[in-house]
Amino acid sequence: MTRKPLNSLPGFNFWIKSRWPQLIIRAVLLGGFIIAILAGFLGTPVGNRNISIVAVWIAWWAALILVAVPIFGRGWCAICPIPMPGEWLQNKAVLGPSVNRNSSKVSRRFPKRIRNIWLQNAAFSLLAVFSVVILTRPIVTAWVLLALILVAIGVSLFYERRVFCRYLCPVGGFIGIYSQQAPLELRVADPSICATHKEKSCYRGNEEGYGCPWDVYPGSLTANTNCGLCMECLRTCEYDNILINLRSSGDKLPAVRGGSLDSSYKAFIMLGSAIVYSAVMLGPWSGLKDAAYQIGSLTWWGYAVGLLVVIWAALPGLFYLVTRAAHKLSPSFHNPRQIFNTHASVLVPLSLTAWIAFSLSFVFANGSYLVPVLSDPFGWGWNLFGTSNAIWTPYLSQYVPVLQTIVLTGGLFWAARKSQQIAEARNAPRQSWPIIIFCTFITVSLLWLFVG
Amino acid sequence: MRPSKYIFISGFLLAGLLVAFTPLPVPRNEPMHHIFHVDSRSFAFTPAEIKVDRGDLVTIELTSSDVVHGLYLDGYELEISTDPGQTNQLTFTADRAGSFRFRCSVTCGDLHPFMIGKLQVGPNLLLWRGAGLAILAALAGVWKFHQ
Ligand code: SF4
Ligand SMILES: [Cu+2]
Repeated sequence: MTRKPLNSLPGFNFWIKSRWPQLIIRAVLLGGFIIAILAGFLGTPVGNRNISIVAVWIAWWAALILVAVPIFGRGWCAICPIPMPGEWLQNKAVLGPSVNRNSSKVSRRFPKRIRNIWLQNAAFSLLAVFSVVILTRPIVTAWVLLALILVAIGVSLFYERRVFCRYLCPVGGFIGIYSQQAPLELRVADPSICATHKEKSCYRGNEEGYGCPWDVYPGSLTANTNCGLCMECLRTCEYDNILINLRSSGDKLPAVRGGSLDSSYKAFIMLGSAIVYSAVMLGPWSGLKDAAYQIGSLTWWGYAVGLLVVIWAALPGLFYLVTRAAHKLSPSFHNPRQIFNTHASVLVPLSLTAWIAFSLSFVFANGSYLVPVLSDPFGWGWNLFGTSNAIWTPYLSQYVPVLQTIVLTGGLFWAARKSQQIAEARNAPRQSWPIIIFCTFITVSLLWLFVG
Repeated sequence: MRPSKYIFISGFLLAGLLVAFTPLPVPRNEPMHHIFHVDSRSFAFTPAEIKVDRGDLVTIELTSSDVVHGLYLDGYELEISTDPGQTNQLTFTADRAGSFRFRCSVTCGDLHPFMIGKLQVGPNLLLWRGAGLAILAALAGVWKFHQ
């Protein structure tokens, strides 16, 4: 793997260490977040004329899944406004650490048993069963956004660091697993400097910045998953030992030991929800759409239970059988759980590209709703920029299916290679075959949903 | 890099190009004129799936049984709308093959962005080529380019 540190670029460290650019971006986003909540409560109930829906589920979602996550990994977390008010209260400061920073700071750790992403998996699944309503009704989106920020404030008053981001945020969980593939990473330049540096300012904080808000010790970082790119360690490290690297490939695979079950489940949840959403939102089956929409009705219960069964039981169960077959074909000394968890990591690129393909269609078809809404964010008949009468028109509708095909086959190649590398690292080269057949089956099914 | 690596990579690329672009014989029948009566209501088109052959003349008679709806045909970039009780027609030659979504173009309620139907013109070659490319991508992934 080749790496190129960006820190040597002129001005890079200066602008990153300065708190102002990040604060200004986050403050603007917080303003937008508040406007989205207000618009949801006070604006028109028509989703595609209300900025809460259009800005969050079309503009932000497109920027996140098509650009931020694939290129910057957790880059969004670096500028996310949701945890910001909570951090201010927790730190009793808006900009830098205050002088007597240790005086009365919360130091309670999050309970050990739930220091994993099961809660995020649950939070995402909970939102998933209501997704069609959240995506279309401004007031529901407003409640969701408000709940997120209130919970974030609440936990940051009770527990130290960014517990909300790391263990609760429904979006944070999948950004974390996808950031493993990103071409950008934060790492230390020389681990031996860290080993002898007793203060560990990056973890504990000093006058220059806070101890790692993500509860990570940068000296031993080997994966992007839990690094929020908040840049505090760049500010605190007295040895300028922290680098932001461009890199030629993703995080090293946990090929032999295997990942953890909560992360594996995150991958199933993302893959399963991409499949179900594609059928519900992009397919021609109106019965499915009605079922997903009529919350509380019998058909909705059917849909909700069906969705949860697919993502929590059917997909993982099927995949378990596939890993058993892999083990039969090419035995290795690992136990079934290790085999399952390691191979599940190939679903990370597969489900990321599934989400990109899904979003391409959703975003290009509905992107033009943004134009009138910018002029009339609440749907009150304003015309701020003279665009409020712009007509809806899908973008690139001829090319989207071709793009989706390219993205999905690219994702399959990526997953297949990863699978092969895992199998070879274990000296069980044929272990990859059943896994790759499974991935091919998923890819062809998705193709059928998108372009069939 | 060993020379054989280049051979494999070029081989896969060539196979990919073949799968993606080889002209395939598509049976051509005499062009027909199809008239489809499509009814729209919140939030569905009936019928939601329409099939014709490439080159056919297609007329869609759109009606609505509740509020104002529209129909925008992806790929062809054509649009009509209709008031309840009124019939509007759209006639075009289906000269592009493939599968195309049509979607409601007039905001009609919460599920409006998901009010979607499908027009299939001739065999859906993109799907078959895509499946072929997927199999190729899977094989390429297993191949040992490294070493
Ligand atoms: S402050 Fe710098 S040198 Fe010290 S442990 Fe952290 S990263 Fe390493
Ligand atoms: Cu409609």
